[in-house]
Amino acid sequence: MTTVWYLFLGAMIATYVVLDGFDLGVGALLRIVGRTEEERGRVTDAIGPVWNGNEVWLIAGGGVLFLSFPRAYAAAFSGLYFGMFLVLWLLIGRGLALELRHQLDNSLWHAACDTVFWLSSAALAFVFGVALGNVVRGVPLNAQGYFHLPLFSILNWYALLIGLFALAALAHHGARFLAWRTHGALGVRARGLARVLFWPQAVLFFLLAWPTYHVRHATLTHLTNRPWLFVFPAIAIGALVATWVFQHRAQWQHAFLASSLFLAGMLASAAAALYPNILPARQGHPYGLTIHTAATGHHALVVATIWWSIGMVLAITYFTVAYRTFLRPKVDVTYGDGD
Amino acid sequence: VTNVVTVDRWQFALTATFHYLFPILTMGLGLFIAWMTTVSHWGRDNHRFRPFRKSAIERERYESAARLFAKIFAVNFAVGVVTGIPLEFQFGTNWARFSNYAGGVIGQTLAMEGVFAFFAESTFLGIFLSGWGRVRPRLHWVSAVMVFVGSWVSGFFIIATNAWMQHPVAYSGNGTHVQLKSFWGLLSNPWLGWQYAHNMSGAAMTGAFAVAGLGAFYLLLNRHHEIARVCVRAGVIAALILCILQIFPTGDRAANNVANMQRSTFASMEALFHDGRGAPLVIIGNPDTERRTLESTVEMPHFLSFLTSHNWNQELTGLNSIPTRDWPTSVPLVYYAYHIMVGLGTILLVIAGVGFLMLRRARIYTSKAMLWALMLAFPFTYIANIAGWITAEAGRQPWVVFGLLRTNSGASPVAAVPSGVALFTLIGFLGLYAAIGVLFPMFIVRIVGRGPDEVPESTSPAEPAELQPAS
Repeated sequence: MTTVWYLFLGAMIATYVVLDGFDLGVGALLRIVGRTEEERGRVTDAIGPVWNGNEVWLIAGGGVLFLSFPRAYAAAFSGLYFGMFLVLWLLIGRGLALELRHQLDNSLWHAACDTVFWLSSAALAFVFGVALGNVVRGVPLNAQGYFHLPLFSILNWYALLIGLFALAALAHHGARFLAWRTHGALGVRARGLARVLFWPQAVLFFLLAWPTYHVRHATLTHLTNRPWLFVFPAIAIGALVATWVFQHRAQWQHAFLASSLFLAGMLASAAAALYPNILPARQGHPYGLTIHTAATGHHALVVATIWWSIGMVLAITYFTVAYRTFLRPKVDVTYGDGD
Repeated sequence: VTNVVTVDRWQFALTATFHYLFPILTMGLGLFIAWMTTVSHWGRDNHRFRPFRKSAIERERYESAARLFAKIFAVNFAVGVVTGIPLEFQFGTNWARFSNYAGGVIGQTLAMEGVFAFFAESTFLGIFLSGWGRVRPRLHWVSAVMVFVGSWVSGFFIIATNAWMQHPVAYSGNGTHVQLKSFWGLLSNPWLGWQYAHNMSGAAMTGAFAVAGLGAFYLLLNRHHEIARVCVRAGVIAALILCILQIFPTGDRAANNVANMQRSTFASMEALFHDGRGAPLVIIGNPDTERRTLESTVEMPHFLSFLTSHNWNQELTGLNSIPTRDWPTSVPLVYYAYHIMVGLGTILLVIAGVGFLMLRRARIYTSKAMLWALMLAFPFTYIANIAGWITAEAGRQPWVVFGLLRTNSGASPVAAVPSGVALFTLIGFLGLYAAIGVLFPMFIVRIVGRGPDEVPESTSPAEPAELQPAS
């Protein structure tokens, strides 16, 4: 049962990264892809109706972590206090910038909102990577199951590298989305960006394998002990190649989907390499939290499996309706600036 | 402010109070937007159901009002969402030992809120706001209803969580953790039903007074007469129904639960120090916890005993027979919050009642005094709602889970969160929320100042630009 919930949680986080990943990436690229205030307005329009729903996967994922592994939730959130509040305040700033931008028709206000939006989007992508890096590297849990990481220890060299990779990967993902969804000069620029941004994330993806092994040998040995788990890194690499192929053929929708699969495959690899740890201790330290020590009671998980499944069917239905409504017309189809 | 628990408490009190200002209106206005959209969508000249019997022009007014309220709703919802996230985070960051202790039970309801409410609210709000003219009318109506349902479902799971903290049931456990023993037991908590009903009618009251108050504002300014009259009428009728429900049965039954299940809270709400039969109901008075007495009182003899038990001479437990370590941290806070809530509730009932009587022969639309009263009543509904929550939360102290876990034992250990760190984020929230507190009214005033579109159009140029394909 605990393994099942590890999978559910992983699935929700992966969905979050794939969905909110593209609007974070779009945000991070706002200033590069949108040259004028009016173009930046159209870039935010492209994600306007859906970004909030995407972000709910994070909130619901957090709720599910609290439900299924309360000890891990308590330890991670209190130990990474500064990191969590950084995320929190960035989420607040970003949400307000996106939702309040169109409330005033004033170029100063638009400029202020755009700046908050792109800075917070880029920073969030980076900080999520830093968080993942800290989990993979492990944290200094004490015997009571708590730890404290000061801000500059949260920003350790390995976590910063993963943060950089996350920023590169999500910026690439966002460019893929814009390449698919926009026309005109904006679309041309987005496609150019998607091509260029393919390389940093691909290179970092392979380069980071070694530091990951260095901070946690178990990531590799766990996979080599169960070779079938290599299917996840294989999916990630396959999706990466597919992204490149689709881009070459100018099939932008497929390229976006391949990029989504890459992110999912990469996260699945990380989850497989960590299993059964949910909040590991630093390499060589005791007191790490596994899914067995951190899990809630059996009855709670059994009941939750039932309602969670119903809830997910509903959520997927809502998202299908919403995306079918909004993905029909391309943003700025009628905008006549070339193409 | 060196004690970390004190800082944690102030931070949660600040963020929870500030946050709740927004869901009150989300849930309250959501109901009225859904109603107005339903009337304008399903209304016919000769509909069998009388409230739906509306002419084409009346339906247009309803739609126009719904559009205006949707603009307010959108800003309000956005701020509600971003200020809500800190609460979920703080369970882990500042209240780690509480999360560790109670996560086995309240993890259920908190996760259910995310899964069953937030997905519905956020996806359908996107569709609803882009709505008018862009999606099929039926889907648009469905989204208005789903946004309303989502916000009320969200409220349900939050109240279910709070009800368990007020009156823990359906758990098993040792001193370090509790585990869920019965899922249905958790959802059929005797505390839950009345608390939910009382809370939701409170939120709906704010919605009703917002609708009536806005109508009154336009009438006083001599603008948008037709739509303003629709608002005043619908708002006043709803406000009267809700004010009555707020007091009886929901308020009465919720107070009865407190009297039976949280004696220390009930005694503090009434500042009842001495045990005794035939306790009086205090209307006015200042509690003095040092001398354990109420001073300057105006009271109704025996009424408190009667209201709690329908027996004029019922014996009630006073604070003197409860050890001080089990008293709420601040008895006067609980007392004043409760009395402010009840006092405002009574005044609002009177305003709604008089307004209702003045609807006959349309006298209300021309009575300056009544329109002023309606307009000024709206902010007081917020105070009443917040005062109610302060009664519940400060009244539950010194427990975070009543009778099981003391608030002091629920905070994150100092080994994880030193008090200086928590103080920094508390100060950060003060700054951030001051900024939001300035921006939000600015946008609302702007929307209200522009007013409704007098002639509803099928395409909506005044709608948020984000959802429109540029053209």
